[in-house]
Amino acid sequence: MGTSRLEQHPILAIEPRDDVPFVWNGEPCTAKAGEVIASAVIAHGEQVFGHHPKDGSPQGLYCANGQCAQCLVLADGRPVKACMAAVTPGMVVAPLDGLPEVPVDARVVDGRDPELHDAERREVPVMIVGGGPAGLSAATELGRHGIPVLLVDDKDRLGGKLVLQTHRFFGSINAVHAGTRGIDIGRRLEAEARAVDTTEIWTSSTVLAVFSDGWVGVWRDGARYALVKPRVLLVAAGSRERALPFRGNTLPGVLGAGAFQTLLNRDLVKAAERLLVVGGGNVGLITAYHALQAGIEVVGLVEAAPECGGYRVHRDKLARLGVPIMTSHTIVAAWGHGRVEDSSSRSELLGTPRSGVHGATIARVDARFRPIAGSERHFACDTVLVAVGLDPVDEFTAQARAAGMTVFAAGDCDEIAEASAAIFAGKIRGLEIARELGADVGEVPPDWLRTAELLRSKPGPVRPERGSSRSELLGAGQSPAHGGSRSELLGAGRSPAHVHGSSRSELLGTPRSGVHPVFHCSQEIPCNPCTSVCPQGLIHIDPDDIRHVPEYLGDVLGDACIGCERCVRICPGLAITLVDHRDDAEHPVVTIPFEFDADALHAGDVVTVLDTGGEVLGNVEVVQVRGVPRKAVAGGPSGGRDGTLLVKVRAPADIAPRIAGLRLPRGWHGDGWAPDPTELTDDEIVCRCERVTAGELRSLIRAGHRDVNELKTIVRAGMGACGGKTCTPLIERLFREEGVAAADVTPAVRRPLFVEVPLGVFAGVEEGA
Amino acid sequence: MRHPDVIVVGAGSVGVPVAWSLACSGVRTLVLDAGASAGQGANKAAIGGVRATHADPAKIRTGRESLRVFANWEDEHGDDIEWVTGGYAFVAYREQEEITFRKLLQTQQRHGLDIGWLDRDAMLDRVPDLAHESPEGDALRGGTFSPGDGHCSTLLASHALAEAARRAGAEFRFRERVTELFVEGGRVRGVRTDHGSYTAPVVVNAAGGAAAQVAALADDELAVRADLHEAAISEPVAPFLTPLVVDVRPGPGSANVYFYQSKGGQLVFCLTPSPPIWGDDLRETSVFLPQVAKRLVALMPRLRHLRVRRTWRGIYPMTPDGSPLVGWSERAEGLLHAAGMCGQGFMLGPGVGSLVARMVRREATADDAETLAAWAPRRAFVGQEALR
Repeated sequence: MGTSRLEQHPILAIEPRDDVPFVWNGEPCTAKAGEVIASAVIAHGEQVFGHHPKDGSPQGLYCANGQCAQCLVLADGRPVKACMAAVTPGMVVAPLDGLPEVPVDARVVDGRDPELHDAERREVPVMIVGGGPAGLSAATELGRHGIPVLLVDDKDRLGGKLVLQTHRFFGSINAVHAGTRGIDIGRRLEAEARAVDTTEIWTSSTVLAVFSDGWVGVWRDGARYALVKPRVLLVAAGSRERALPFRGNTLPGVLGAGAFQTLLNRDLVKAAERLLVVGGGNVGLITAYHALQAGIEVVGLVEAAPECGGYRVHRDKLARLGVPIMTSHTIVAAWGHGRVEDSSSRSELLGTPRSGVHGATIARVDARFRPIAGSERHFACDTVLVAVGLDPVDEFTAQARAAGMTVFAAGDCDEIAEASAAIFAGKIRGLEIARELGADVGEVPPDWLRTAELLRSKPGPVRPERGSSRSELLGAGQSPAHGGSRSELLGAGRSPAHVHGSSRSELLGTPRSGVHPVFHCSQEIPCNPCTSVCPQGLIHIDPDDIRHVPEYLGDVLGDACIGCERCVRICPGLAITLVDHRDDAEHPVVTIPFEFDADALHAGDVVTVLDTGGEVLGNVEVVQVRGVPRKAVAGGPSGGRDGTLLVKVRAPADIAPRIAGLRLPRGWHGDGWAPDPTELTDDEIVCRCERVTAGELRSLIRAGHRDVNELKTIVRAGMGACGGKTCTPLIERLFREEGVAAADVTPAVRRPLFVEVPLGVFAGVEEGA
Repeated sequence: MRHPDVIVVGAGSVGVPVAWSLACSGVRTLVLDAGASAGQGANKAAIGGVRATHADPAKIRTGRESLRVFANWEDEHGDDIEWVTGGYAFVAYREQEEITFRKLLQTQQRHGLDIGWLDRDAMLDRVPDLAHESPEGDALRGGTFSPGDGHCSTLLASHALAEAARRAGAEFRFRERVTELFVEGGRVRGVRTDHGSYTAPVVVNAAGGAAAQVAALADDELAVRADLHEAAISEPVAPFLTPLVVDVRPGPGSANVYFYQSKGGQLVFCLTPSPPIWGDDLRETSVFLPQVAKRLVALMPRLRHLRVRRTWRGIYPMTPDGSPLVGWSERAEGLLHAAGMCGQGFMLGPGVGSLVARMVRREATADDAETLAAWAPRRAFVGQEALR
């Protein structure tokens, strides 16, 4: 595979970074300053980081979040997680094949003692675990009330997963900065939190456990141990990605969505050439879009449910860009170079393939989500992205409760929802904690609670619903009459509420004069940025329930759209276009938002335009391509382009209102590849740390075992480095699939530590000593 | 099985091998446990060291029998319980430990145990990563080494023994808590659980930390009180340590530290808190890891690079003198206590199991009589075992 670094990106500025020389597997390589080993190695074209000690199967980056330990490598002789450890100049990095050696300490030979120090102990009013949207907002809110906070985050940069989000956010523009890109929201929240002088922030510091004596163990700066005793603990540790068992699921190149976004959007590494996305929730849809923006071919997106669970506008963006979206489908195998039979032989390993995945097989599923034999299709791809849901990181909350501490949770670790919901939940928790500590802050305002509830809400049904055709709705060959009243337009029998995939605004069309926005927005989601930017005040969403789709009031109020395009620019779903008939009623100009490289598109080009759902409407000529100047964001870059292009095309009046997007000419040909049936693929792995298969666990369940602790005993599922973070939900699922009631299953006992930490850290050995 | 010959209360380090021994000798055995599967109490918290090199004859005898069972398990039964005959090394940095060890050595050798003194260099051959000198400036003097001792996975061993017991006809019922002992005319008749009643002429109390409560159901008293120990396990690494190493020097908050590398490559380590932490609160505290890490890194500096994976707490069902309580109840005929293992339930389990089976079959030997005299539940508790 030819992975490399991104040289240009439509959204992200590619700043020059210093080169850091290092050695990977005997070859001289170059990392970028501050870069983690995993990203540098993948940028070098290597997916295989080592081979598993149990079965010699290749392994590589999987979570990129310090959680799973699949990416272990030897850095200067010491085993480290490649996704967390930064490359240092001259570092010698080697694949970890089998078990690592414990480095021999020079002092063993000369007999001197290491200097041991006691752990730092700190007592604080409030400790916040996690500097993502929830944690930062809470810190800021607590700071507003003068309450000192210690915020601890395991990454070197605050913002949590916001730092990976290049798209504009949904939600409420006033409450949670909707309409701004996630990465910029992250910077803004960080700047706000850092502006509070009573807040102390520890980055690159991982919380390891909340102990029963009320002390929280922290691996500070990746170097030393600190113990913190808070009066109130706020856990804002986010979520972890669910895994999926399928054949070949541990091959390097099978990545969690977070890992893929990290490589791409944080470290600017083009992590794939050809990508298959598994999962049609917002995470899968958005990540597929991010891949396209980085010039990666997305050969398809599969979703086991009959409909994608993510926002319709995200799905539609992909469909318009030509990504095959295959619902009621799942992945059944990733194909790749399998295990190395003799993992003890280094010389053999040096000659093994550097890539993991080179293809994938999908299949249609039945009503119980089981693959239907004979429905398999094969795709050539070098990367499979797994985005099948999130689970809360709830262990610290559970430990703190067991310890009798005052503990709050906010964001995904409390309830999985959008980052916008986490931002607001953090603010509310901040106020609640201030109250808990006796600050005179009053009750949480009811409108805050209402906003929180709206932001948490799941996407509503797509309206109009499936079942009727457009022609049924509007009558064959008819466009709605111009100048008719709203009640006439929306009158009984003509209600546009029954055409799937088209918004009301599209169905109604626009008058063939003047300039009008069209909302390609057909699903109730909490989002309102468009309403706030219209200088004429012509876009309306019920302020008490921002889940409603927007309405254009121009026809009703008689005021006219002035064609300022602000609504087009700000819509996070890229779901507003502007149809301008002012200089040619029959061939209006349509303004389309577009988030790809400006170089790819020029006036005079002929492009294919599509409707919301991706149906081709025709080829039209581009009349103008214009960048949007960047709005200054606190803590963010200023000046330059913000990433959204406004593309103006001239189109026939009859299709103009239906145009929602355009497609670049691309020769994609993922389908048609066939696997070599003799090629070895791994079994479906449930516990990747210990390489335990679904089959092994199923046979134990069928033999009557009901105690997950006993399953651990027998096959070691959950005994590995990650501590059951990955396999626990999968084992629960196996029990369900085998028809065992949850009440009959005894869950595994969870024990600290959250991640593995060298003994020297607990012993207080000075780093570098 | 509603009417077995023997009911064993507790499917842990003791109850499982008791059931195995009974079932193998044709006794119809029912095991009841409140947990969800075998070994889910103190057993899985134990680290898995197994030695015959104790300080008193009863433990030496019983430990030897256990050692034989574990060491030969895979050959005889086919299950890999991760047994390693790595030996035990008791290391001495100070004169006082050397004197203690050398004195014990005489008793141990008198009982025919394979144990000897290693001088500094010989000890460094066995355990190359030991610090040559302690932080206090005491040079390594050597120590005792018993090559026949070893270690295995308590989890796998208990599972294997339970499966073997099942194959031999024992029945295990889990998630059933014993709530009552039926005693009529001074004889035990059976038990009631939260799920039903069972009758049997013999009930074995192998309830570990709950043994005193079970005894109380028959108005009997057992001098068992739990204290708490914490342990931890590292990531797996390439083999670097063969014996189980014990350092009995007291340290801040600890009476000793001991550790070994498992067959799978993980370092398993533990210390004995001093003063003891009484109770049954199994939640981890912030104290243990810094405490044990300092001791380990001082003793074996190379370990500073080894990464800790998991930590947990378990109970030691302690008796006043550090020796087990095994014998027939004086309150209820047919009630047999096999409890108070003082943290050695796993390494003594199979030996206790076969002893209990001989008692039930009324086939106790002269050696058994000596053991039972030492371990009588209602004995006068004097002294403290030297090496527990």
